[in-house]
Amino acid sequence: MPSEAMSATGLVNGFFDWFGNLGIFSWQVVRAAVTPPFEWRELIRQLDSVGSKSLPLVALAGAAIGAVLSMEARSSLTRFGAKSLLPSAIVYSVIEEMGPIITGLVVSGRVGAGIGAELASMKVTEQIDAIEASAINPYRLLAVTRILACILMLPLLTVAADACGVLMGWLAQTLVEPISLYQFIDHGFRGSTLNDLLPPTFKTAVFGLIIGLIACFQGMRTRGGAEGVGRAARNSVVLASLFVILADVVLVKLILVVFP
Amino acid sequence: MATAYDIPMKQGEREEDGHAPVVAVENLYKSFENRAVLNGISLTVSRGETLAVLGRSGTGKSVLLRLIIGLEKPDSGSVCIHGQDIAGLALDRMGEIRKKMGFLFQQAALYDSLTVGENVAFPLAHHRREMSRSERGDRVKQLLAEVGMESDLDKMPSDISGGMQKRVGLARALALEPEILLLDEPTAGLDPISSGEIDDLILKLQREHQMASIVVTHDLHSARAIANRLALLNEGNVAIEGKFEDLQQSDIEFVKEFLKQS
Repeated sequence: MPSEAMSATGLVNGFFDWFGNLGIFSWQVVRAAVTPPFEWRELIRQLDSVGSKSLPLVALAGAAIGAVLSMEARSSLTRFGAKSLLPSAIVYSVIEEMGPIITGLVVSGRVGAGIGAELASMKVTEQIDAIEASAINPYRLLAVTRILACILMLPLLTVAADACGVLMGWLAQTLVEPISLYQFIDHGFRGSTLNDLLPPTFKTAVFGLIIGLIACFQGMRTRGGAEGVGRAARNSVVLASLFVILADVVLVKLILVVFP
Repeated sequence: MATAYDIPMKQGEREEDGHAPVVAVENLYKSFENRAVLNGISLTVSRGETLAVLGRSGTGKSVLLRLIIGLEKPDSGSVCIHGQDIAGLALDRMGEIRKKMGFLFQQAALYDSLTVGENVAFPLAHHRREMSRSERGDRVKQLLAEVGMESDLDKMPSDISGGMQKRVGLARALALEPEILLLDEPTAGLDPISSGEIDDLILKLQREHQMASIVVTHDLHSARAIANRLALLNEGNVAIEGKFEDLQQSDIEFVKEFLKQS
């Protein structure tokens, strides 16, 4: 019993310790982000790394989701005599939820693991200490640039995933029952407003913040050699994915309240 | 072989400075997970002087260097650089002080995604923004020439030996023309010839740049060659401090044992 109580106490302590350190880390990042000099060159490098290098994977995932949605929704809607709603069902499903969450999770995996492992490797080989010893703020150079790149690129990647999803949804539909792309899009977007389209896309900026912040935090606090690097990469992906899903629940509710 | 005792001091400058220490460590305590590493250590180093810090593994030699450059925070005590206590300074303010310091890490800590030239250019690119690309390139070549690595400019750190990495690390540490040079085990893991070359290089740099240097080492031979003063650490404090002859004449059992085994 006492050992169970101690392990429970340890878990609670670990929980608060993690969040406390994340808070301190976030404060350092904010402070570094708002004071010059700004690391523009590194930011551009990270925009390329997070954005253009994630694009093929995100586009593929979006396309797959569009095709699957089209095939699944078609049989269900046909059963209820609502086949004409198929374009709207695909467009709304992809843009409102599937595109953003799939982009968030794919980037969590690819970019979260990449940032976590890269920074962890730099930490255990003292490269981050060397940056600091060279009078360069490592939060500004390493964390701010990566987090900003994630925030800026996630909405753009989501647009790409949405476009591929809608396009593949149309393709899957038109192979079974030919319909022009113009007609498909016209039916799909009929009655929709910017309030339906923009908030779900821009909520992924919050996913970007979560992915960048957690991956940088896990990477820069790593200890313990190669094992530590592996642990940082794994924890970055697991925690970023988990928090992206949790944030999605909160953001969907918030969007429904603010943009009814 | 020349030793640090042969290096002429710039007397005028030392008198002008009034022997004011560039680095002053006072009553410094540091522990990790309840294990005391430094127990009230006090040291000073003046301009143009090289202090070698010796001691057994785990006596806190590297921790001392990390405390001096602010990579670790002391439990208590003070580290003053040019009279300024660095405890509690914000990262950017600390950065201003670090611009006057060069640090060679034990494993060189070169940025593995950058070439040798880019590694040396890294501090210049961030702190000498007024320099044109060609001026920076010339400065990098000059620094690499000083450490005998000018022909390896485009190589990656993984493609060069440990000794060469240390030379590049030294060139990077000198990039901002520091007033204080901290060297963590500059000859560890190197063969005797490479160690001798690094020692000669440090002596040459001392002659040319007149920095205040602290060298952490296990290598008594190397310490004797490059340092004006030696400090032998035991159990987190200075067991003895002075010239090599002072260590030889010491009656302290630990000092005798250390010299016998070295």
